Amino acid sequence: MLGNGMIQGLLVTARNLLRSYFDPECLTTIQYPEERRTLPENSRCFPFLVYDGTPDNLRCVACKICEQECPPQCIYIEVERDAKTGKPVRRPRVFDIDYSVCMQCQICAEVCPFDAIKMDQIYELSGTDRFGGMLMNKGALLKSNEYYHQMHPTEANEVDARLSQSKKKASPPAAKPAAAPITLQSAPPPRPTPSAPPSPSVPPTPPVPPKSDV
Amino acid sequence: MIQPLTMPEQGYTLTPKEDAIETQMLEVSMGPHHPSTHGVFRMDVVLDGEEVRRLKPVLGYLHRNHEQLAEKMNWLGSIPFTDRLDYFCSMTNNWAYCLAVEQLAGIKVPERAEYIRVIMAELTRLQNHSCQAGFLLSDTGAWGTPLLYAFREREKILDLFEAASGARMMCNYMRFGGVRADVDDDWLAAARKVVENYPCFIDELEALITGNEILLARTQKIGILPRELAINASITGPMLRASGVDYDIRKVDRYGIYGRLDFRVPLGEVGDVYDRYYVRILEMRESVKILQQALRDIPEGPSDAGVKMRNFKVPVGDGYGRIEGPKGELGFYLVSDGSTRPYRYHVRAPSFINLTILEDMCVGHKLADAMVILGSVDIVLGEVDR
Repeated sequence: MLGNGMIQGLLVTARNLLRSYFDPECLTTIQYPEERRTLPENSRCFPFLVYDGTPDNLRCVACKICEQECPPQCIYIEVERDAKTGKPVRRPRVFDIDYSVCMQCQICAEVCPFDAIKMDQIYELSGTDRFGGMLMNKGALLKSNEYYHQMHPTEANEVDARLSQSKKKASPPAAKPAAAPITLQSAPPPRPTPSAPPSPSVPPTPPVPPKSDV
Repeated sequence: MIQPLTMPEQGYTLTPKEDAIETQMLEVSMGPHHPSTHGVFRMDVVLDGEEVRRLKPVLGYLHRNHEQLAEKMNWLGSIPFTDRLDYFCSMTNNWAYCLAVEQLAGIKVPERAEYIRVIMAELTRLQNHSCQAGFLLSDTGAWGTPLLYAFREREKILDLFEAASGARMMCNYMRFGGVRADVDDDWLAAARKVVENYPCFIDELEALITGNEILLARTQKIGILPRELAINASITGPMLRASGVDYDIRKVDRYGIYGRLDFRVPLGEVGDVYDRYYVRILEMRESVKILQQALRDIPEGPSDAGVKMRNFKVPVGDGYGRIEGPKGELGFYLVSDGSTRPYRYHVRAPSFINLTILEDMCVGHKLADAMVILGSVDIVLGEVDR
């Protein structure tokens, strides 16, 4: 019969419509700003810098590997220099990531030998400033190890185990003074929320609503 | 059968066609932002009435200098850019590039990584083909409905991609000698569930559209691509197989572990739009079979060959790695001078080469059919322009 195929198609539509009243499987959308889906643990967005304990104690040693390897070249690092001697200290003075250029490829996090740069899960970052509004400086990028643990628990535990092992290996032959700024703690310190000057958007829960001025 | 409509009695007679006023051809520029041109793509169409007489695809609106960028970047750095070639199938793009580099550098891929790659590639094929059916239906005028059915299933596959690789579309998952992150048992269980339910979706999609008389009228005997022309124009992928040529690189090259998997290659007979649509439906069923085998047999072991990421160098030489992407043969031709970056990097993009035959298929058909034919080619402009 002509039209049979069309009726079959309409039946499929009708079945889906009716089932959606009874079967929650058929409701495939969510009301986004009110409800959010929980992201999988591996989910990644933009990179951030990890610090242990206090924000002074950041893991980054300004080796510039991520700057070299970054495919869209969105990272800019300057090494901090000692005020008296002028010698480079193993710490970045400037660490900028332009989020408007970053393509979330995770290569910076993969190549970092110090596990200092990791991927964030904050995706609500829309802003109105086209020029520089998404340029994140060091203060904005610094986030605590606990925050990293909340987001990627499995990966963070692996990283912590690896770091504590390498620390054990390094500690017996009297710790070098140069390595002092990057002393790492395997167990996070007891205080849960570090009262730190940076962190414009570091409340501990991963889905953070964006600041209106971002 | 429908009786042909008879004209009602009127008080005037229509002018016979022979005596019609001499008309001119009309050149229409469709695009680059036409809603049914699949992205920023322009067609210069010369029309006689409604009939297409000449058609010239105009490309380049999305050119991003991909090949030159990759030559200025180390070997690893262009993997995320291959995601952006065909943004529906980032997994297969990664695989093709990694395969080319692995051939050149002689890297052996562990067994588990091969299985994961096959699983990812076939999941990509499933979501690409179902979305392609939806887009084809959008071009015939079924705005939205079939496409959203396809997108509903695609979401499930994208969720799997996100859980494994971290991103939904720009996965950046494959690495030289393996994959970036191993998948765990929970992921495999979720994938098995999606694959188990997928034939139900294909049945539903077929009930929705395959028998639809409007679809049959719009697609059958439209845009016929003869077998010889398809071979001469080096068409690949489902388009070539719809024209009846048995050529599937998964069978020809047997790259990865495809030599061990049991699947068949569906072929079309006529080579029209309907065949191209239906070959893709059948390919999805074969992909489900491949996925079931791969998910059943996946072994334990390392998922990475431990290739170093920084200062990765490739021996001097050139190599061509190709895979059967969802759209056709996706190949990467690489020349290495032994340094940390490719000396020459060329992408053989299936969308681009399949598009070159558009005029031959469209001439003689109506303008509205040209849209359907373009939809059946299955192009993604990110890959066409690179």
